[in-house]
Amino acid sequence: MNPNVTPDAGTAVSIVVNGAPRTIPPDLTLDGLLRHLDLDPRAVVVEVNREIVRRDALATTPVRDGDQIELVHFVGGG
Amino acid sequence: MTATATLADRELTIGGRTFRSRLLAGTGKYKDNETMVRALEASGADVVTVAVRRVDLDRKKKEGILHHLDPERFFLLANTAGCYTAEDAVRYARLAREAGFNEFIKLEVIGDQETLLPDTAGLIEAATTLVSEGFQVLAYTNDDLITALRLEDAGCAAVMPLASPIGSGLGLLNPYGIRTIKHRLRVPVIVDAGVGTASDACVTMEQGVDGILMNTALAAADDPVEMAHAMRLAVEAGRRAYLAGRMPKREVAVPSSPTRGMLD
Repeated sequence: MNPNVTPDAGTAVSIVVNGAPRTIPPDLTLDGLLRHLDLDPRAVVVEVNREIVRRDALATTPVRDGDQIELVHFVGGG
Repeated sequence: MTATATLADRELTIGGRTFRSRLLAGTGKYKDNETMVRALEASGADVVTVAVRRVDLDRKKKEGILHHLDPERFFLLANTAGCYTAEDAVRYARLAREAGFNEFIKLEVIGDQETLLPDTAGLIEAATTLVSEGFQVLAYTNDDLITALRLEDAGCAAVMPLASPIGSGLGLLNPYGIRTIKHRLRVPVIVDAGVGTASDACVTMEQGVDGILMNTALAAADDPVEMAHAMRLAVEAGRRAYLAGRMPKREVAVPSSPTRGMLD
């Protein structure tokens, strides 16, 4: 899997990440998606279609067309 | 000169964890992260709150707060700030726990945008769910005794009544309410929100509560580091004054010097 491949109109996957539509290369896992987005999987919590995906399952969970994905982390707050 | 012996205070224990400082600090609204870290260090806090938010994918601002806070040094208490329903608060709490630091959550279920006062029904509902899922829940609530009792009954590890609305800096508006809650609850009572300056923190601790959580009072001070230092002293001063037991108030003067032995 090469995260740098150019999205192909025929096989690209359409998802929503943090509320915004996004087209990504086919056959990415969630771990691959995070790397594709230049994010550190250890610093992000992933929710897919309102279900949390455990960190140790990111590399084995495929991203599917139509997935609603939330990527969150800790920020300053009171 | 000999050292003066002072009362040995109990340590603050919440949900089975013991903390050195009775001052808990937020990490929001600082002008920059360096000021935040210096203020947190000056405050002496070992519990610091953080919020759960979407990663910013567009601005390439990849750094979360953990680039600046050492989780080995500070105990990270995630909050559910910004949640207006029990369902949302539970969702945020689960996401926070998945970050992998601890099972503590500062539970907020807000009921009104203008005052940020809590939705007490939603709060009790969310607390009940989270306790059943093994969370240690610290519930931000108002100064109402009955809600505080219900939260304790729901299994909360601590109850956190407000001094005054979040970010208002109005100080302790209802000392009687806070004292009553402290008097009746067995779990720790941490006053959360509303202190504006050191005297507010001192008066609050003098009510006998177990600690104070503050954010804006530090972050919005002209000099957050100096205010954090003042707050550290105020929390300790208020605590020690409470332990010492204040003199009774009287409506008339009582002379401090002998009335006998005056010259004719």
